[in-house]
Amino acid sequence: MNELIAMAAPRTRRNYLELSQLNKTYPSPKGPAVIVNDFNLDIAEGEFVTLIGHSGCGKSTVLSMVAGLTDATAGGLVLAGKELTGPGPDRGVVFQSPSLLPWLTARENVMLGVDQVFYTATKSERLQIAEYYLSVVGLVDAMDKRPAELSQGMRQRVGIARAFALSPKMLLLDEPFGMLDSLTRYELQAVLLDLWRRQRTTALMVTHDVDEALYLSDRIVCMTDGPEAEVGDIVEVPFPRPRDRVAVMEHPEYYRLRERLIEFLEIHAHHKRRVPFPKPAGPESESKATAA
Amino acid sequence: MPFLELKNVSKSYGTADKKTEVLRDVNLSIEEGEFVAIVGYSGAGKTTLISMIAGLLKPDTGTVKLRGELITEPSPERGMVFQNYSLLPWLTVAENVALAVDQVFPQWTADQRRAQVDKYLAMVNLTPARGKLPRELSGGMRQRVSVARALAAEPKILLLDEPLGALDALTRATLQDEIVRIWEQDRRTIVLITNDVDEGIMTAARIIPLSAGPGATLGPSVAVDIARPRDRKTLNSNPDFKHVRKQVISYLLGPGGRQKTMVKRKLTLPDLLPEDLNQPRTLFGATRQPRRRSEEKLESLEIA
Repeated sequence: MNELIAMAAPRTRRNYLELSQLNKTYPSPKGPAVIVNDFNLDIAEGEFVTLIGHSGCGKSTVLSMVAGLTDATAGGLVLAGKELTGPGPDRGVVFQSPSLLPWLTARENVMLGVDQVFYTATKSERLQIAEYYLSVVGLVDAMDKRPAELSQGMRQRVGIARAFALSPKMLLLDEPFGMLDSLTRYELQAVLLDLWRRQRTTALMVTHDVDEALYLSDRIVCMTDGPEAEVGDIVEVPFPRPRDRVAVMEHPEYYRLRERLIEFLEIHAHHKRRVPFPKPAGPESESKATAA
Repeated sequence: MPFLELKNVSKSYGTADKKTEVLRDVNLSIEEGEFVAIVGYSGAGKTTLISMIAGLLKPDTGTVKLRGELITEPSPERGMVFQNYSLLPWLTVAENVALAVDQVFPQWTADQRRAQVDKYLAMVNLTPARGKLPRELSGGMRQRVSVARALAAEPKILLLDEPLGALDALTRATLQDEIVRIWEQDRRTIVLITNDVDEGIMTAARIIPLSAGPGATLGPSVAVDIARPRDRKTLNSNPDFKHVRKQVISYLLGPGGRQKTMVKRKLTLPDLLPEDLNQPRTLFGATRQPRRRSEEKLESLEIA
């Protein structure tokens, strides 16, 4: 493991991914709707960066633009010195729902991409790649199962293995654990971190789970609320790696950072509600009055 | 004598040759008026546990007693709230609650029963929505109806089986506060099942972790001595909060909570670079050759 980290260390480039003056505007009947405006971010090679913000603030839009699934209206995206246009296997994406093909086994689902990207290798080498990653995510005995036979958490493990198996330049994670219950989430975060530590793949994740962001990332980028979302606050995460959850939670900085992030999210939640906010349950304010 | 007592309770599913042990040797005692949260993994047997308290399932071995009496069947003295609300879709909010009241208090006059329905609808802040059908309500509001229905039967103990599991974070926080407020009003015994450690800390007076199955059992219980009302923002600097959170999480993630089977296995990872799919696959008629250096790695793997 140490050699791997040593191997990874020298190849660090400061601006591995460069997002400059990114803008996304959709046409709407009321005129153009600006979702993301003047978004600038540089990510170093091997860095794990998290975008955090409220639902609908535009963080997934930024991720989709990096993935090449939507085009930027203006601004530039450069990965490893090359301008990004359209999707490609050099960026592995893990979605909120694993989107596996239901008629293929776990192994076949992973092989689908591996066969494309490693077409020069032999069949047995391609199988070795798929099986290696499926084993590392904890599916040694479940490779021949179809998605319907797997639990939600196990399906997401397949999704993670599928993304890593292509040895992408960059890993893009769009709320990868949002559909899981909190304890399964803990487990999969550990699986992800373990794989990421072996590969040191540059990663960009979107989440609104503060604990998840703190446990996984090197840097947390808080986005202001959309429309016209931009970078609000950047938090450096100082915990030493490899990280252990309990040790991270005992780090003197942990709860201070947690509070800072939650506060950021709350301020922006309230800022949003200054605009008349439809209350789902009217007597909410009464309940506070009775409680007090 | 404890109010609710489980002694050496075990439960398995399946036939003799293909038996899965779900719960093994579960012991639990809860005092009257206590608010206890049981936190565990999905699939660990939390619902099996609460179903046995409700009387919907019988334990294979051991006993479940409420005030010294053996629980053998469901009864209105144990109110249950399910994750999926379980409301009758063709009845209005008030009618759904009235259904329970009419069953449990047939000797009351119509006015008394109506007053009972109104009282509990007011308690969960649903008076304005009393004439609506479940499908016209949001998930959070439906769950409130379900809570009102359970409370209106005046149970001695309220069993909540992941009641907020299907709701978004904001609604979840509001309902957590509401459950606490209701508990503070009438101090009914509550058992809350959840997979969210923070939810347990926000609401309960005591948290008991349930280890992962098969053969799940309850871990050491952790008292939550945090003053109420508990404020989500200031909790982060509260030493008790940090302490409780650490204890519960380290049990659940530690060797006691998670029985992981690890194997050592040799795996080969061919060290190949991914091909650039934008380049042509053949060069002057010759197929490209990969660069390879196969590495054998000894990995410790977890068996799912």
